[in-house]
Amino acid sequence: MSEWMRVCPLEEIPKLGSRVVQTGNGDIAVFRNGADAIFALRDQCPHKGGPLSQGIVSDRKVTCPLHGWAVQLDSGEAVAPDCGCTNRYRARVDKGEVYINLSEPK
Amino acid sequence: MKKARLVVIGNGMAGVRALEELLKLAPDLYDITVFGAEPHGNYNRILLSPVLAGEMTIKDIMLNDVDWYAQNGITLHLDKKVTQIDRVRRKVIAADGTEAAYDRLLLATGSNPVMLPVPGGDLPGVVAYRDIKDTDEMIEAASHYRHAVVIGGGLLGLEAANGLRLRGMDVTVVHLMPWLMERQLDRAAAGLLQQSLEAKGLKFLLEKQTEQIIGTSMLPPLQGEGWGGDGFGAVDLPHPHRTHPHPNLPPEGEGTIAPPPSRGRLGGGWVDSLPHEREGARSSRVTSIRFKDGTEIPADLVVMAVGIRPNTGLAEAAGLHCSRGVVVDDTMQTYDPRIYAVGECASHRGIAYGLVAPLFEQARVCANHLAQLGISRYTGSVTSTKLKVTGIDLFSAGDFMGGEGSEEIVLSDSFRGVYKKLVVKDDKIVGGVLYGDTADGSWYFQLLRDGQNIRELRDRLMSGQSHLGNSGHQGRSNAASMPDDMEVCGCNGVCKGTIVKAIKEKGLFTLEEVRKHTKASSSCGSCTGLVEQILASTVGGAYQPADAGRKPLCGCTDYTHEEIRKAIIERKLKSIPEAMSFFEWRNVDGCAFCRPALNYYLLCAWPHDYRDDPQSRFINERAHANIQKDGTYSVVPRIYGGVTTPAQLRRIAEVAEKYAIPALRCTGGQRINLLGVKKENLPKVWADLDMPSGYAYGKSIRTVKTCVGSEWCRFGVQDSTNMGIALERALDRMWAPHKVKLAVSGCPRNCAEATIKDIGIVGVESGWEIYVAGNGGIKAEVALFLVKAKSAEEVMEYAGAFIQLYREEARYLDRTVHWVQRAGMGYVKQRIVEDSAGRKALYERLKDALRDEKDPWRERAHGFEAQEFAPVRFNRNNIQGGSHERVDEGVPA
Repeated sequence: MSEWMRVCPLEEIPKLGSRVVQTGNGDIAVFRNGADAIFALRDQCPHKGGPLSQGIVSDRKVTCPLHGWAVQLDSGEAVAPDCGCTNRYRARVDKGEVYINLSEPK
Repeated sequence: MKKARLVVIGNGMAGVRALEELLKLAPDLYDITVFGAEPHGNYNRILLSPVLAGEMTIKDIMLNDVDWYAQNGITLHLDKKVTQIDRVRRKVIAADGTEAAYDRLLLATGSNPVMLPVPGGDLPGVVAYRDIKDTDEMIEAASHYRHAVVIGGGLLGLEAANGLRLRGMDVTVVHLMPWLMERQLDRAAAGLLQQSLEAKGLKFLLEKQTEQIIGTSMLPPLQGEGWGGDGFGAVDLPHPHRTHPHPNLPPEGEGTIAPPPSRGRLGGGWVDSLPHEREGARSSRVTSIRFKDGTEIPADLVVMAVGIRPNTGLAEAAGLHCSRGVVVDDTMQTYDPRIYAVGECASHRGIAYGLVAPLFEQARVCANHLAQLGISRYTGSVTSTKLKVTGIDLFSAGDFMGGEGSEEIVLSDSFRGVYKKLVVKDDKIVGGVLYGDTADGSWYFQLLRDGQNIRELRDRLMSGQSHLGNSGHQGRSNAASMPDDMEVCGCNGVCKGTIVKAIKEKGLFTLEEVRKHTKASSSCGSCTGLVEQILASTVGGAYQPADAGRKPLCGCTDYTHEEIRKAIIERKLKSIPEAMSFFEWRNVDGCAFCRPALNYYLLCAWPHDYRDDPQSRFINERAHANIQKDGTYSVVPRIYGGVTTPAQLRRIAEVAEKYAIPALRCTGGQRINLLGVKKENLPKVWADLDMPSGYAYGKSIRTVKTCVGSEWCRFGVQDSTNMGIALERALDRMWAPHKVKLAVSGCPRNCAEATIKDIGIVGVESGWEIYVAGNGGIKAEVALFLVKAKSAEEVMEYAGAFIQLYREEARYLDRTVHWVQRAGMGYVKQRIVEDSAGRKALYERLKDALRDEKDPWRERAHGFEAQEFAPVRFNRNNIQGGSHERVDEGVPA
């Protein structure tokens, strides 16, 4: 099964920002970085569950607002020496629209 | 394309550190080959003393095992001594014939121990103290023999002596000079040190000159063999204070003398064969040692620890210019630009360093140039020393002897065994010695390196930096006396043992590394002093506090806060990308530290032109509310001066009920906090409250706390409530480097606790006293008196000017106290009190900056930045029916 679901137009996610997608299964954070790459992570820091969507995005990382852990947007893994991982989902842009696929974490 | 080839000669701390730094900057630039003369991976040479003392094992002190080289694709030749550099064919040749061609060559050959050329110096049982082999030999000797003599009462000799004593030997230290560690200590401190070491069972023979080392079947030396004169022939012991007042300057004209920093084991591990290994060593073993005065003592083991000499033989043979070390420039290049040198073998501006901290700095600069970035310079280091003998606290730095033109501040408490001496010249610390209580060593050293004017600190200098004992670590100020299971960092629950373990196992050297790995001192920072002490006592001389004088903004750049702020104005940089590109930022988009800092600096420089970047603000300032641990937010409306009305309270109550806000509480700043608000409800809550933002979430004006004052209070002499309200209105919506808190008290009883605020105003009969740079948080600091004001208007002008100066000159995340401590209260008074035209201009700039700031809640209640607060709702069971269509994966991207 692979379901691509439309989130919003790309311009509704600020550059170096994010958008929260509320699903029946918890929140997903959809990020847009400076190069317009789109990433989707479960909106929970592997440290203490902080909302990653609220963090500062730079390049391919987001810094959790609660205790400053950095999490890799393209893998969901915490940046060393911190250790932990959050679920990552497929995300892409098509004709200016952002889609994510929650069928299974990558 | 074929990669360039980098060859490193020397597998010690400096060379490998340079490689680590290089791999961080440019992991794929070179094919790297390393030659090491020892059969080990890279180990922490300065921790050989704890190994000798039986406190650590060789395994504990390994920094990079051979797997590390393999993982990084480095070719490692262990146990191979390079014997020739062929600069024409650009290759190096090892003793066994191994060759390696280079495009860039890094010399990190370290230094050799100086061996006294006395008769018997080549007997079995006479050793130097530099590498694992020497250490093993000493450990071995300790299990078979009784009498050890250590020649040299410097840092290295004393650590060796202590280790041998702990291993059960009877140890005598022989020293040429009248007191121990004369390069680091004055006579008084050395006397205390000697007493402590004697209490541990060591014996000392001072002002003794070795004439001969005697073995079982040895003949006395022949007359005229050349050991006469000063007793040591060609090699003299360095006596810097006899010939030279400054410990970092080597005596002139003594070409064979060891370089001045006496710490001698940090370099390459590329050691020339020692005398005792040479051919013809007799089978007899050392039995005693005789001195110039004819006395003689038994010796089964003799350790020579009289100094080190940069290992330059290879470089000299290759025709590189050497002068007490391989001469390098500020980019760590030798006279052959393809060849670099770092560490103990290198001579930079006439100094060859033997301490690890400068070597690391050199390694960083060298790596920057090897990585072809070319933006880094090494300009020399001021060094400090710490003795690694368990139970002895000793610290020394800079010119600790003083002399003409300098003054000394001395504290001597023989009962506690504490001695502190600071040498001050032109109101600056130029050196110091601490014995028995070194808790403030890093602080003094920081003041020394920063060249900070200490005139105003002078009366408090000896009592040290008081913050060490503040909240979060049970009032402890001395890490050495803490048990391993005691908590050091109260924020992150990190015990001393955990920190020590991480430092040892992960090979950490800096505060920043300890913070990353253990989280200790990474939150509120109040335990920083303790963590620094633990670092210093664990890694000894390797530890060097961060250089606050030249602190890069963050890891993304080498430029300082001040340089960046200056250029923003002079170059008219008006956006974050412009600033980053002007300064060639290292990381795309910067990081979570520098982006908020740049955003603030730009905002402060161009209050009307700069367009605030919400994505470069921490979430609280982006959402204008305070994020809580569960991801909800708190809302604190502004209640000027803490004065409210029934209508206002009713509105707050209604909002709380309407949005099912789970908690209401009064804040410490006399306002009301609505806790647990969902982010998507924030704009509606603000609309219904219809009150201004309290900015309780920002690096901004927070609140102006007041007491009731003369309107009601029977003691009040001034109307503190209305003074507070006037200040709060004037400063409303002001961003700053960090949060700013004020308080106004109506009489000296000071019920508003004004003397622990950034600005505290205290009413007296004749006007207002203004205090600044207090702090009630992590580090309680009492505010300092600035000036007395006669009227409310004067209060506004002084307070406004002070805040504007802080806004313009402090580093991002400095509270006023940090900034004033660095800038000096004298400077602040000059700008705010003495220069009245300047003060008025500052105040005008502040008013101008705030003139068109809008209330952020009101804007957002009316739909500004709506998407920040609006989540996208997904319903997986209802994908088709909603606005979210299902699409096929095959849709082209």
